[in-house]
Amino acid sequence: MSQNPLTLNHDVNDATRSAGPTRRPEVPTSPDIAVVPDTDPVFQISDLSFFYGAFRAIRDVSMDVRGNQITAVIGPSGCGKSTFIRCLNRMNELIPGTRVAGRIDYHGQDLYADDVDPIEVRRRIGMVFQKPNPFPKSIYDNVAFGPKVNGLKPASMDDLVEESLRRAALWDEVKDKVKKSAFSLSGGQQQRLCIARCIAVKPEVILMDEPCSALDPLATNRIEELMIELKQDYTIVIVTHNMQQAARVSDRTAFFTAEVSDEGRERTGVLVELDRTEKIFTAPGDRRTEDYITGRFG
Amino acid sequence: MAIPLQAPDIGIARRRSRPGERVIVGLLALCGLLSVLVTVGIVLVLAGEAARFFAKVPIVDFLTGTRWAPSGGRVDAGEFGVLPLINGSLMIAAGSLLVGLPLGLATAVYLSEYAPARVRGIVKPVLEILAGIPTVVVGFFALNFITPSLLRPVFGEGRVFIFNAAAGAIAVGLMILPVIASISEDAMRAVPNALREAAFGMGASRRVVALRVVMPAALSGITASVILGVSRAVGETMAVTIAAGNTPRLTTNFFESIQTLTAYIAQTVSGEAAAGSTRYQSLFAVGATLFVITLGMNLLSIRLVRRFRQAYQ
Ligand SMILES: Nc1ncnc2c1ncn2[C@@H]1O[C@H](COP(=O)(O)OP(=O)(O)OP(=O)(O)O)[C@@H](O)[C@H]1O
Ligand SMILES: [Mg+2]
Repeated sequence: MSQNPLTLNHDVNDATRSAGPTRRPEVPTSPDIAVVPDTDPVFQISDLSFFYGAFRAIRDVSMDVRGNQITAVIGPSGCGKSTFIRCLNRMNELIPGTRVAGRIDYHGQDLYADDVDPIEVRRRIGMVFQKPNPFPKSIYDNVAFGPKVNGLKPASMDDLVEESLRRAALWDEVKDKVKKSAFSLSGGQQQRLCIARCIAVKPEVILMDEPCSALDPLATNRIEELMIELKQDYTIVIVTHNMQQAARVSDRTAFFTAEVSDEGRERTGVLVELDRTEKIFTAPGDRRTEDYITGRFG
Repeated sequence: MAIPLQAPDIGIARRRSRPGERVIVGLLALCGLLSVLVTVGIVLVLAGEAARFFAKVPIVDFLTGTRWAPSGGRVDAGEFGVLPLINGSLMIAAGSLLVGLPLGLATAVYLSEYAPARVRGIVKPVLEILAGIPTVVVGFFALNFITPSLLRPVFGEGRVFIFNAAAGAIAVGLMILPVIASISEDAMRAVPNALREAAFGMGASRRVVALRVVMPAALSGITASVILGVSRAVGETMAVTIAAGNTPRLTTNFFESIQTLTAYIAQTVSGEAAAGSTRYQSLFAVGATLFVITLGMNLLSIRLVRRFRQAYQ
């Protein structure tokens, strides 16, 4: 896997960085995790906390996200899953008054270093949202938007649009009407359009925040198949409330929960465990995980 | 146990007449009717007096004549070619748009997409104050500051008249700036955040998000604000009378004095045109012209807003 520095002259091992030496994640992992072919870590997250103003939404999250795998993030509502995933492409910092602590290494490089361009980060690490959010433009223009604004100059924009729509398993349904408004599509088609739009800028990672929660089972099925196909070329992190979905598509699953912090009464999200999906759903290492997946969560 | 034979009275069955409600509905209808009647009345008076005017001055001469020189000393003489007045109004409208549109849009984009809450909390009230300054004051400011301290030093004492279209246009531009800024900002803030996030998530910069996502999505509101601004500019009277003067002139030179449709009406009404004279009746012809232009703009605005709304939903 090639190391793509986010900036031209960024010293990956800058010793003056405040976060200190990178600590290995202290997530309980089972000894037989190697059953899943171990790919290189794309993200190495250590002691990540995120603050909305004074409120700490997640605390000390440390974990790896491996390349060409699907990592699912599950947990009860409000435990900070969205907050966590949006830290991975620096989307959260667009909200005024927020702050990140800890460290995220992306291919070994500090994602939050001063000289890293957040715009470039977001191009490399694409995102699909809970509600399909196509632009009020044509299907074609939706897909071409990203490449255009990123100054990508493909040999043929038509080809890039077609290829992206094909990859998102949407081409056959829309090939005769790409000039039509994106709103003429069904919700499931719109969500695949959003995936196509994301793919068109050639990201390395795709973050998905509950991408199927607004869709019916059939459309959900399409997207799940698509995700499994896409992991050949992309690293995928998906937040989902649907545990069957996590079980079906993901290689590894991270379980988050909300904990009452020591300092006060506020509820802060923490990572309980990260493991092979099969392990999480059959023999979780933590009582809280078991309670949650068996529906005993209170 | 005895079972009651009658259904319990739950208060639904009985139909009550509500006389109070009828009265209220009647009053409301009357109010609606009143505004219709007033509009019809104004149109009728305008049309009637204008028709009397057009009996003396052929409508073709009125619409195509290039000289506007009513009276000229004798009571019932003069030339009534309205083009110089329309030209004056259009110059003010175009010139004020040149000032108000870029400034207003830039303000709206800044407030909606860039400004921190604290700055917005200061700028928005200031805009409202600007919108609330009486037009007389703005006109006076143009005459006493914009012309002598801005236009004349920059473009030359000899070239810039004391009364000139440029000062009037700048004054009106300052008046429509808050209109355009505030309506456009509302339209931009109404654009769902999901669209911004979608673009940011693909590596778009703030500039791209503002110009290529938010502005297009808010186009119908922005269009409405611009047309409202133009209507306001065409209808504006006091500031242009003071700053741009009262010289009907078919010109494209913004440094000359001109006269707008509205300024002519204001000037003539406050003068001594005898009722029944051609000059007096010309007021109604000019008023009707103004009415047709404004009406046309409103219709255009409705169509444009609807068109963009269809395209962006
Ligand atoms: N923009 C924000 N400003 C302030 N607090 C926020 C903001 N977004 C989220 N939070 C808070 O952070 C906590 C975590 O929210 P987050 O949306 O990450 O949870 P989640 O696990 O994604 O929940 P869900 O499953 O309902 O989507 C919640 O307590 C929430 O109220
Ligand atoms: Mg969420």
